[in-house]
Amino acid sequence: MSADFAAARSIIRRGAWVTGLALAGLAGVYVMALQYTPIEARQGLAQKIFYIHAPAAWSALLSFSLVGLAGGLYLLLKDPRVDRFAACSAEVGVAFSAVMLTTGPIWGKPIWGTWWTWDSRLTLTLFLFLLFVGYLVLRAALHDREERARFSAVVGIMGLVLVPFIHLSVYLFRTLHPRPILMKPSAPSMPPEMLRTLLTSFGIATLLFIGFVTMRYGIALAHDLAEAHADD
Amino acid sequence: MLRLAAAVAAKDIRLELRSKTALLSALVFVALVLVVFNFARDPTSVTAADLAPSVLWVTFAFGGTVALTRSFTIEREHSALDGMLLAPVSRSSIFLGKYLANLAFVGLVEAVTLPLVVLFFNVDLGHALAGIILVAVLATLGFVAIGTIFSAMVVKTRFAELMLPVLLLPFMVPPLMAAAQATTRLLGGRPLSELLGWLRLLGLYDIVFVSLSLLVFPAVVDE
Repeated sequence: MSADFAAARSIIRRGAWVTGLALAGLAGVYVMALQYTPIEARQGLAQKIFYIHAPAAWSALLSFSLVGLAGGLYLLLKDPRVDRFAACSAEVGVAFSAVMLTTGPIWGKPIWGTWWTWDSRLTLTLFLFLLFVGYLVLRAALHDREERARFSAVVGIMGLVLVPFIHLSVYLFRTLHPRPILMKPSAPSMPPEMLRTLLTSFGIATLLFIGFVTMRYGIALAHDLAEAHADD
Repeated sequence: MLRLAAAVAAKDIRLELRSKTALLSALVFVALVLVVFNFARDPTSVTAADLAPSVLWVTFAFGGTVALTRSFTIEREHSALDGMLLAPVSRSSIFLGKYLANLAFVGLVEAVTLPLVVLFFNVDLGHALAGIILVAVLATLGFVAIGTIFSAMVVKTRFAELMLPVLLLPFMVPPLMAAAQATTRLLGGRPLSELLGWLRLLGLYDIVFVSLSLLVFPAVVDE
């Protein structure tokens, strides 16, 4: 039993290392964004928030996609570890989308002149965020572990399938949101310094995601062990 | 399989016609929502006709959610679902039966809502009626499938009536948005080409989510 707890502790420690590294990297991204990249001609300094907003959005989408994939995997394997990972990923995703949803309006106020618009991508990202809050609420409301894992797997898969519909409707609905700058068929339309900083920030956000999820996974493992211990 | 599904659906419908509680409360609910909407707008700044498409679709969404909650709560009493699962009926038949019954309920609620919107908001449906019915059918097919799955899950929690809208509303957004946009264009007498994109989105949504629901339903009910 204590060996299991030691394993959980070592996972948390490893996660803490990765998180520390990622946080240092994040400080580096701030420095790069402020010192290295040119000031955007029309948006001025406000554009700098892009180096936080876009990677946070990336990590949020990454974690939600992983929740969906883990859901599919769980239904195939019925492995509690996959479910635990999905739960951790969903929590971290909600945190990243909170960053995305707060930095967005801060940028929007000076550039669009409004904190929030009912632009389709904003609306749908907000609903995706709410969906995963709902996912966590559903998890909290179910007590049977196996049942909770199955149900959340189903919600995760459904959520993953919902994402392409969100992107589809972006193109159909009149939108204020900047059109894709990086992921488009032609070459990215930004100076190399900006591109380099942006890609670095994406890498750092991914690392931060890995660190957070690893730590959270260790904590969840310890929690499950303690629960099983109490049941005995 | 279809025959068994029809039997499951007939069971649900017969049950509902005998008690009429859920149906009547859903119908009164949509009427109340419409009345509240009417008082919530400023008649001098927004004309009723401009508001009608969104009112129609928001009411469909609320009414649909209320109608869907009952789908599996009736199975919770006396562990009726366990009995049905023990019967030699495939999971797909049970899902399809539940789905059909839910479609009937939500469809009925919508069929009552539409004339009420026309009445309260003075909308001239005219030539747009057939189009609106088509859009309503396309939008409803998809979200009722998801609602059937979620309804089966949330009855296991203590706050089923609250959990269902929390989970279901994000999924209702794409079809609702598409349907409201299409309705606005239909009422405005715009050419068909302007709403073809939205209709395609609705069709795709239906195909994807009905098949997905059919696929994941066993994971929801099997222990």
